[in-house]
Amino acid sequence: MSTLNDYLLHLADNAVVLGQRNAEWCGHGPVLEEDLALANVSLDHIGQARLLYQHAAAVIGGDASEDKLAYFREPHEFRNYTLLELPHRGPLVGYAAADRDYATTIVRNFLYSALMVMVWDKLQSSSDETLAAIAAKSLKETSYHLHHARDWLIRLGDGTEESHARAQAAVNHLLPYTEEFWTSSEAERAAVAAGVGVDVPALRADWDALVNETLAEATLTRPDFQGYITEGKVGLHSEHLSFLLGEMQGLARAHPNASW
Amino acid sequence: MTTKPALKDWPLWEVFVRSKQGLEHKHCGSLHAADAGQALHMARDVYTRRQEGVSIWVLPSSAITASNPDEKGEFFDPAADKIYRHPTFYEIPEEVGHM
Repeated sequence: MSTLNDYLLHLADNAVVLGQRNAEWCGHGPVLEEDLALANVSLDHIGQARLLYQHAAAVIGGDASEDKLAYFREPHEFRNYTLLELPHRGPLVGYAAADRDYATTIVRNFLYSALMVMVWDKLQSSSDETLAAIAAKSLKETSYHLHHARDWLIRLGDGTEESHARAQAAVNHLLPYTEEFWTSSEAERAAVAAGVGVDVPALRADWDALVNETLAEATLTRPDFQGYITEGKVGLHSEHLSFLLGEMQGLARAHPNASW
Repeated sequence: MTTKPALKDWPLWEVFVRSKQGLEHKHCGSLHAADAGQALHMARDVYTRRQEGVSIWVLPSSAITASNPDEKGEFFDPAADKIYRHPTFYEIPEEVGHM
């Protein structure tokens, strides 16, 4: 596989994994209005993933297709950030749906969309014209995702004692995973050199400013970080991705080429 | 969930959507939200997912003073036999078009 494919798959896998993860809230949202809002965000991500997989399939050629890329690759072939595959709860807890924590959902959506508004903005001038067009469409969607998550993060952080504690716990849990943004993979470096991709580490100061300003407004503190930097984007994932893909891919694998 | 959402504390908002430029805003429903800004965002997500609108208004339901159904008779029935209030006795020139 070429590095362009790896780069496109990184973007596509990010979108499909977070879309699938957030879709777990569908029908279980804290209130009806918020249930619909998050389902909309999920569908935006799945829409972005489809466009990116279609583009990647065209670049790969042969019998590659968006469905094959989404449903018939194994966990180690996925190139998404580890942050996006984590369950909607803190570390060291199980999978019970009743334990889902909305603060975790919101904090992750905030951290990721804060990055992606900057990434899509830059990708609008990618030398890959199809990618540039996908970026222009995605930027509008992601701007709304950022608005939505930022608004809720401030409400939760600056809310009740319990909402503050849960928002702070989610920040402490998830922020270390964003370190993965700032270490370039080989595919990212090649995409930048070819004028296709974005130099993500160069966005760090702007991202930090946005995150720090939002956390301050939410009366939350930013934890210090030292330790292991995750590498989901080169295929080294947490155990959570297999479960997520098992659910997402199960139907397509049980009934190949089914249509409905 | 160990804690109840504060839904009972969230006021009700009425949502008005303008389907396209030049048309008026029309009432399309209501929702619960903590404040006006949040109500606007939720209205976007609940009522304009299928390209229903280009503009949204929200206003607190409590700001609406509604007519009383019990007074329907005195409020509306007297208009029933005032046919001369309808401008149907005029000939409208063709070039005016649809009014």
